[in-house]
Amino acid sequence: MSGWSVTDGLAVALPRESVDTDQLIPARFMSVSRADGYGPYLLHDMRRDETGVRLTDFPLNRAPKTKILVARRNFGSGSSREAAVFALVDFGIRVVIAPSFGDIFSGNAVNNGLLPLVLPPETVEALLSDLSEAADEMTVDLGRGQVRFRNRVYEFTLPEVWREKLLNGWDDIDLTISRAEAIAAYRDRRMSAAPWVWPEK
Amino acid sequence: MSPLTLFDKLWNAHEITRRSDGSSLLWVDRHLVHEGSHHAFARLAARGAKIAEPQLTYAVVDHYAPTRGRDAIPAGDIRKMIETLECNADLHGLKIFGLKDPDQGIVHVVGPEQGLTLPGMTVNCGDSHTSTHGALGALAFGIGATEVAHVMATQTIWQMRPKVLRITVEGCMRAGVGAKDLALHWIALLGADGARGHAIEYAGSTVRALSMEGRMTLCNLSIEGGARLGMVAPDEATFAYVEGRTYAPKAAHWEQALEIWRALPSDEGAVFDREVEIDAAAIAPTVTWGTSPEEALPITAAIPDPTKLAGTKAERVRDSLEYMGLTAGRPLAGTPVDQVFIGSCTNGRIEDLRLAAAVLAGRKAKVPGMVAPGSTLVKAQAEQEGLDRIFREAGLDWVASGCSMCVGMNGDLVEAGKRCASSTNRNFKGRQGRGARTHLMSPAMVAAAAVTGTLSDVRPLLEGRL
Repeated sequence: MSGWSVTDGLAVALPRESVDTDQLIPARFMSVSRADGYGPYLLHDMRRDETGVRLTDFPLNRAPKTKILVARRNFGSGSSREAAVFALVDFGIRVVIAPSFGDIFSGNAVNNGLLPLVLPPETVEALLSDLSEAADEMTVDLGRGQVRFRNRVYEFTLPEVWREKLLNGWDDIDLTISRAEAIAAYRDRRMSAAPWVWPEK
Repeated sequence: MSPLTLFDKLWNAHEITRRSDGSSLLWVDRHLVHEGSHHAFARLAARGAKIAEPQLTYAVVDHYAPTRGRDAIPAGDIRKMIETLECNADLHGLKIFGLKDPDQGIVHVVGPEQGLTLPGMTVNCGDSHTSTHGALGALAFGIGATEVAHVMATQTIWQMRPKVLRITVEGCMRAGVGAKDLALHWIALLGADGARGHAIEYAGSTVRALSMEGRMTLCNLSIEGGARLGMVAPDEATFAYVEGRTYAPKAAHWEQALEIWRALPSDEGAVFDREVEIDAAAIAPTVTWGTSPEEALPITAAIPDPTKLAGTKAERVRDSLEYMGLTAGRPLAGTPVDQVFIGSCTNGRIEDLRLAAAVLAGRKAKVPGMVAPGSTLVKAQAEQEGLDRIFREAGLDWVASGCSMCVGMNGDLVEAGKRCASSTNRNFKGRQGRGARTHLMSPAMVAAAAVTGTLSDVRPLLEGRL
């Protein structure tokens, strides 16, 4: 995964609360291999009618080049399915802006280069209102911690871990393996303190 | 030393190192994988890596497990998903609870049931309802595919330390009211994101009085209130539950473990980041009416009216009512249902089935429905007690164990526009199938809906039966 520092692109309004993981990607598509891409399944049942035809008035269908999604509170609540993030990322989305996110979703997002950006509810409502008619250009700048939209600048701060990961596209496994000694030492301690963790059966 | 919470003790005991950015590397005692872990296995294969601790990693077939016709699964996605897990378990030398295993079941039922989940452990699984295992006094949380691959490769996980919320419940719950009602009650109170960023410790006399099954239901639903995990401090009930289970410590190890586990409960005077108190006597049988678990009300209430609300709240209620096909202002009770489902990691345990059977005994269901036990062992136990006969005689289907209609991956779906009274955990749009209308409630309440054909208060139906 490659890192990024600035995302410039179309922002789209999805003025809904609790866009949960089952809506982001319905369970029936989760046996798909990642190599085949998850973009077509993003918000599948919201974007398409019963026969699978895309609804022309749905915001994402009107702006298929969207990079930034703006939604209401509790975005990504629900299951730990990383496929919800795969669907957003494979569609081309790099940033979701909302007043709050599901915790597991946020972690999954950052692990895939997607920024779950928390902004205050009033700011989100203002953005939703500005974007209600049509998608518009927005800039999200990780380095400066800024959202730039029309003539306005919104500041944000991120947990340092997230910022580093998104900027560098780091893979945790490599970072962790560099601590193999500490892990091995802990394992020895754990095994002597709680040997039953390694079952006798 | 300053007094510590249960959470502090578990976290500190598993912290290997901490980065300057504040994230901790935690040791993982138990890693549970299922069919959905295919992404993580693929990642591991792409790196050419092996599972670091096969002895601490267990595979369970549940999400795609057919509940009927297991001996001849037709070629297709479902069979492919199950075979992929079997191949990966074989490749990495993992114990697998496969479809033919008498111990198979839903991963969050199997873990505690087998003694794989123990007090004092860290437990991870690529499933949000991993919070269930916290009922034993374990630090248990769901993780995504990238993290699953990380745990596989290193037996560790990076986490930011969450805040700790104590929910204290005091008093006696009324007859016909249980852990499911308590969970839906607090989620409605605090919101589906009310406990975001927090680990919950459930405490108080009401929680202490819950059976282990009830504690698992309560911890299971922590995620529906946005919490990272839920926990109940281990006590004598916990130890009695764990003792003698297949993978539980034996003999000298048992004594040694008990000593450690008895020191786990939060110390007197330990400080929590946040405290919420709940009066158990105020809780009624609770059902959801909308498309988020926070949209829950006592069965005696009326369906919310968006014209009495303002702004985005009104918009949200209107949207939920439209999807659910409900009329604002009408009483919730009496709403006709098309079918019922009893099962899932939330309410598929023996106690859940006993309660549902207590309502259904000698009665007929007015609508079709399905009962899927949480594990094959629960199924056997229920059959030994004759519960299967009660369900069958009432007209419900008695099927094999798996996640089934809670998530519909195995093909057990609710049709579009149909209303299902369900003992599961999510009433999200499309959760049980595209256009399906889910009402969450306790297994006893589901049984009441089956008997009356409508959303109903179970209490009169339980009179003289408990």
